[in-house]
Amino acid sequence: MNIVWNVQEVLMAGLGGVIIGIAVSLMLLWNGRVTGISGIVGQSLKLVRGDWYWRMAFIVGLFLGGVLMLALSGPERFIDTTDVSMGTTIIAGLLVGFGTLMGSGCTSGHGVCGLSRFSPRSLVATLSFMASGFVLVAILRAAFGEA
Amino acid sequence: MTNDRMSNYREKLSHIVAAGAVGHIYGVGLVISGMTQPGKVIGFLDLTGNWNPALAFVMGGALLISTFTYPLIRRLEHPLLDAHWHVPTSRRITPRLVLGSLMFGAGWGLAGYCPGPAITSLATFNTKPAVFVLAMLAGMAAYHAFEKFFGHRWPGPK
Repeated sequence: MNIVWNVQEVLMAGLGGVIIGIAVSLMLLWNGRVTGISGIVGQSLKLVRGDWYWRMAFIVGLFLGGVLMLALSGPERFIDTTDVSMGTTIIAGLLVGFGTLMGSGCTSGHGVCGLSRFSPRSLVATLSFMASGFVLVAILRAAFGEA
Repeated sequence: MTNDRMSNYREKLSHIVAAGAVGHIYGVGLVISGMTQPGKVIGFLDLTGNWNPALAFVMGGALLISTFTYPLIRRLEHPLLDAHWHVPTSRRITPRLVLGSLMFGAGWGLAGYCPGPAITSLATFNTKPAVFVLAMLAGMAAYHAFEKFFGHRWPGPK
């Protein structure tokens, strides 16, 4: 293992994390909900009357957060240095969509909200998706020499 | 303390505005954190190669706040804009939970996007996040179909 990181990255990661922590706290305080992004998006597909516009508003908000940051800091923070093919991107998207609904959550719902309320389900889910991410990237690196 | 998930929830304008504001703040946080850079995410998962542990501090920073605020907020009788809490109550560890999470982790490692950062990255109008989000929506629709036809049989409860 070769550790590659720098102080600025760590500070930005921590700052971004704190902002995310504030966002999920506001969702709980105002709407009484956990901020599980896969759940908010996934359930919006069911088009339930009276339970749809807040989901869309959240999704549009996420998008507009990106627009604001793009305007403020440019495309640098969205840069994609990987050479993942479109085919692989499609397989990845399918796995993420199907998997997060089957597992009732993603990095936000389980990793942030679930862990903060000490949910045993979320701990198991977070350990599972982290482990499978680590193993998958290790396999790719072993097979192709790069991840 | 009421926790009535099954109540006939009817959204109000205030819920919609609040959710929009939360999404906006969340999106800004994701971009600042580095989660919208797939190479960095894969670097974080690359334990056996050039490991970049920086993104661990995203979850760390978020938990620093939310672990502290969660019990405080839950002391309230009900949330500010709603008469009921809508927080998950299940505590069962199920095959579905583990299997789904393993699938999610594999997809996350393949492309370096999880749901939130992919949606926020749509702001760039680049092809890859758009393709990823469309495939993710297809995967979610496939799960709804799966649940409808086979969900009561396999692999057990949520």
